[in-house]
Amino acid sequence: MSVTTAPALAAVDPREVLRAQVKWRWLETIFWLATLLPFLVAPTYLVLGSQIAITALFALSLDLIVGYCGLVSLGHAAFFGFGAYTAGLISKAGWGEPITGLLAAGCAAMVLGYLTSFIIVRITHFALIMVTLGMCLLLYEVANKAHSITGGDDGLQGVHMWPLLGHFQFDLYGTTAYGYAIVILFLSFLVLRRLVNSPFGLSLRGIRENPRRMPAIGSPMSNRIRTIYTISAAFAGLAGGLLAQTTEFVALDALSFQRSAEVLVMLVLGGAGRLYGGLIGAMIFMIARDQLADMNPQYWYFWLGLLLIAVIVFLPNGILGGCAELLARWRRKA
Amino acid sequence: MTTPVLQTRGLNKNFGSLVVARGIEIALPKGARYALIGPNGAGKTTLINLITGMTRPDAGQILLEGEDISTLAPAARVKRGLVRTFQINTLFPNLSALEAVTLAVCERRGEAGTWWRSLPSYGQAIEEAHRILTTLMLAGDCERPTRQLAYGQQRLLEIALALAAHPKVLLLDEPAAGVPKDESSELFKAVAGISSDITVLFIEHDMELVFRFATRLIVMVAGAILVEGTPAEIANDQRVRDVYLGQAHHG
Ligand SMILES: Nc1ncnc2c1ncn2[C@@H]1O[C@H](COP(=O)(O)OP(=O)(O)OP(=O)(O)O)[C@@H](O)[C@H]1O
Ligand SMILES: [Mg+2]
Repeated sequence: MSVTTAPALAAVDPREVLRAQVKWRWLETIFWLATLLPFLVAPTYLVLGSQIAITALFALSLDLIVGYCGLVSLGHAAFFGFGAYTAGLISKAGWGEPITGLLAAGCAAMVLGYLTSFIIVRITHFALIMVTLGMCLLLYEVANKAHSITGGDDGLQGVHMWPLLGHFQFDLYGTTAYGYAIVILFLSFLVLRRLVNSPFGLSLRGIRENPRRMPAIGSPMSNRIRTIYTISAAFAGLAGGLLAQTTEFVALDALSFQRSAEVLVMLVLGGAGRLYGGLIGAMIFMIARDQLADMNPQYWYFWLGLLLIAVIVFLPNGILGGCAELLARWRRKA
Repeated sequence: MTTPVLQTRGLNKNFGSLVVARGIEIALPKGARYALIGPNGAGKTTLINLITGMTRPDAGQILLEGEDISTLAPAARVKRGLVRTFQINTLFPNLSALEAVTLAVCERRGEAGTWWRSLPSYGQAIEEAHRILTTLMLAGDCERPTRQLAYGQQRLLEIALALAAHPKVLLLDEPAAGVPKDESSELFKAVAGISSDITVLFIEHDMELVFRFATRLIVMVAGAILVEGTPAEIANDQRVRDVYLGQAHHG
C-alpha cells in the first residue's frame, strides 16, 4: 500500500486545516468593498446594479441546492415569483414598509418551499427536473389566470413602498434600491456563508458527493434535503421580494421558465458550489446582457450560447472553478 | 447464554427467480470475529444489504441486541450501531479524508444538522476524526481530496468512515477487494486492530487471511448457509471442500 506518511505532515493540527478552508480572505473584503463603488463611479448604473444584486441573491439561493446538495432544479423561479407577488400584494394592500414586507416575502416562499420539499425528497435526476419545472409552470399559470389579484400578464400594478427605514425614498436613480439590495445581499451572504461552512453544510456536500454513502454513516438524508430546500426557497423569496419592492411592480415573468433557466445558466457560468460563483455569474450575465441590449435579442442569445458552451467545455467548474484551478497550479509551481 | 449482538431469523430474498437469501439464520456474540465466505454470487453482499436495510427482505427479522430493527431505515440502524463498509469504494470523492470522517463523527454525535456554527468550532469531533485517521495510517494525507488517495488508502478510508459511527457490529464487505495480495495482509492488520468490543463480520475470498483473522466462519452457497464453524471444522468439512474449497480459487 502506498501509504506515504511523512512525519512532518502528520503533525498538522486538524482544526487549523479546516479553519484555513473557511477563513475570510482579503479578496472577499475587496469584493464587498467594490460593491460600494457604483455609488461613486457609476451612479447612472445603480438601477442595473440593484438588478444584479437581486439576481445574485437569487443565484446564491439556487447554489445551495444545485451546487452544494447536487440536486437540479429547473423551477426555482417559483419561489422567486412567489416572494415577489407576496411583497407586491402586501404593499398594494396598504402596508408599504419595506423590511417587514420583505421578510413576509421570504417567509411565504419558505412555507411554499417546505411544502414542496416533501415531493422533492422522493425523486431524483430527470424526474426532479421535470417536477420542479412543473411546479413553476403551474404557479405561472395560476398567477396568469388570477387576473383580479395579480394583474395577470399586465403585471401587478400599484405597488408603492414607504421610505426605507422611514428615511430613504425609493428614487428614480436607484440609489436607495441599490443600497437596500446590496445590504440584503450581503447579510444573506453572511448567513449562507456560515451555513455552508457548518457541519450541516458539510453534510450537504456529502449528499452531493455520494448519496449512497450518507445512510451508511447514519445521516438522515431526507431531512437534510428538506431543510436546505426550505432555506433556499426562503432566500429566493427574499430576492423576488426585493425586485417587487425596488421596481414597485411585479411582472408575470418573475415566475417564468426563462427566469428559472437563466439563473441556472448564471450559476453554471460562475461556478456552482462556491458561493461567489452565483454572484460572479449573475454579474457577468447581467452586464453582458445590458451591453448587448441594443443589438437584437437573437444576438444576445447567440453570444450567451457561445459563452455557455465555451465555459462548459473549457471550464467545467465555471469561471471561478477555472480561476481556483489556475491559482492552485501557480501555487504548486511557486 | 447471553443474547447475541446481531441475529437474523429466516431472512429470505429473491431477485425474480433468483434466490439470493434462503432462511438465513446467524447469531453473532459480542466481540466475535466472523468471516463470511462463499463463491462469487453466493449472496454475501446481499446478506449485508439485507441486514443493514439497504435491500428489503421478502421475509425474516433482524435483531440488534435482542431488539427487532427490521423496520428501521438504514440510517437509523447505523445510529443503533449496525455499520457496514462497501465492497466497491463508496466514498466522497471531493471531500478530504478529514472532512469525510469529521462528517461521519458529526452525524454520530447528532451535530451534522447544525447550520449556525462553523465546522472548525467542533474541536472534539475533528480531533476524534483525526485520531481515527491516525490509527489507520491516513493522517498524513488527510487534507487531500479522497479521489487523489491511493486505492489502498481509499479502502482504509472505507473502514475509517465506519469506525467513526462507533459501531457495535461492523460488517466489512471484502475490505481488501481489489488490493494486491501483498498489501491485503497489511489492510487486514487494520481490521485486526479494531477494538474487541466491536463485533466484526467480514467477507473475504483469501482463505489464508480468513483463517488468520476469523475465529468462526460462515460458508454461504447459492443464497443459503451451508455450514458454520471454527476454522478447523470448516477446513475439514467435506461439503465445504466439495462446493467451495475444491473449486478454482476466487477473488
Ligand atoms: N439488485 C439486484 N437485482 C438483481 N440481482 C441482483 C441484485 N443484487 C445482486 N444480484 C444477484 O444476486 C446474486 C448475489 O449477489 P451478491 O452481490 O450478494 O454476491 P456475493 O456473494 O457478494 O458475490 P461476490 O463474491 O462476487 O461479491 C448475484 O447473482 C447477483 O447478480
Ligand atoms: Mg459481494
